[in-house]
Amino acid sequence: MDTSTSTSLPPQSDPSSFRLILTLGIAGFFSGLLLVGVYLSTLPAIQKHRAESLRKAIFQVLPGCTEYKIMELREGQLLEAQITEQGSSEGEVLPRVYAGYNAAGEFIGFAIQGEEPGFQDNIGAIFGYEPGEKVIIGFEVLESKETPGLGDKIMKDENWLANFKALKVEPGLEVVKEGQGQKPNQVESITGATISSKAIVRLLEKELAEWRPVLEEYNRRPKVEGRK
Amino acid sequence: MNQQIPDSNARTAEEFLKGIWRENPVFVAVLGMCPVLAVTNTAINSLAMGLATMFVLVFSSLLVSSLRKVIPKQVRITTFIIIIATFVTVVDFLLAALTPQVHKELGAFIALIVVNCLILGRQEAFASKNSVKLALADALGMSVGFAFALLCIGVVREILGNGSLFNIALFGEGFEPWIVMILPPGGFFTLGFLLLFFNWLQQRRKLV
Repeated sequence: MDTSTSTSLPPQSDPSSFRLILTLGIAGFFSGLLLVGVYLSTLPAIQKHRAESLRKAIFQVLPGCTEYKIMELREGQLLEAQITEQGSSEGEVLPRVYAGYNAAGEFIGFAIQGEEPGFQDNIGAIFGYEPGEKVIIGFEVLESKETPGLGDKIMKDENWLANFKALKVEPGLEVVKEGQGQKPNQVESITGATISSKAIVRLLEKELAEWRPVLEEYNRRPKVEGRK
Repeated sequence: MNQQIPDSNARTAEEFLKGIWRENPVFVAVLGMCPVLAVTNTAINSLAMGLATMFVLVFSSLLVSSLRKVIPKQVRITTFIIIIATFVTVVDFLLAALTPQVHKELGAFIALIVVNCLILGRQEAFASKNSVKLALADALGMSVGFAFALLCIGVVREILGNGSLFNIALFGEGFEPWIVMILPPGGFFTLGFLLLFFNWLQQRRKLV
């Protein structure tokens, strides 16, 4: 920068507008340069963490799962995705689920990801669904900003998570108070976290409504194709 | 506290020390209350926020002070904000890459370091008027003071609210955590009591 102008001019005279714009322009330019550099150098690590936590969650919600395939919904058809977890380079992101298999290569179920507004912010969660028995077999919260000590029990409360070990989705999910669940399609909400509990059930219903027809259709197909 | 002290090294030390105790940004100046109350629910979060703020403050002060003769005063605040926002974004990326767990816990509060009035305040009040050496001493002192204050609050809240310190359980099974301490009201309670305590300490020192 031209330090000579600022020192040679008397201090009370205003610098020209051009100089003001130039200063901000240069500051913005270098700031942008630095940010692009840092972004590019941290991106691989960040994506690795994200993929890793998703991977762990898939194994968590599909008990016994040792391997999974990414399935994409392309033109109404559920097909194995051609892309990696990093996302497709073409930019188009198709709705996807994860099909889990156990060590013997047998199909366990689908892991489905979803989002729903909770008490504070969107709750991101993933759950396992077995289309043959029409039953939810696992559930985990991926992202939540629910109240610590109350709403965040949806992440770790054992009684609550036990709801989703074998939850029948027919004739539809039902929310009941804690300790009153008798039927296999009932979810016992958490006392003190009713709104968060209901948000989770809404999330499950929304995703199920979207995916059930496709997944059950897929499940009815001859089994040869489903296996590796 | 800006009268000329002849010995330059003594002045540098003085500028460093004032941020830690006499002009502590939290306990004396009560600046930057948003992170102070919001992310101090555990000791680790407090420490991470303290270090992130330190990174931003030190680098911003360094840059602002070395460019202080170049930046026209009409656009100085805008330029400071550009500089601060850049370093905050850098911290955001770095934390996400290095410690995803802490990054997840701190969430939006990392981005909110941009509007921490402690940082902009130090640029306007100190770094833009003093040499690089003094600005560095001031930034280090202030951020150590800030991190110290956050840690004080975080330690108290985690011990009482969760029965642990740095995730290590302190009490046996019989301890019932005071949930309120990790909720927002706990932040206000703790800050209030600590302000009381530090002011009492200072008054006592004056009397002695």
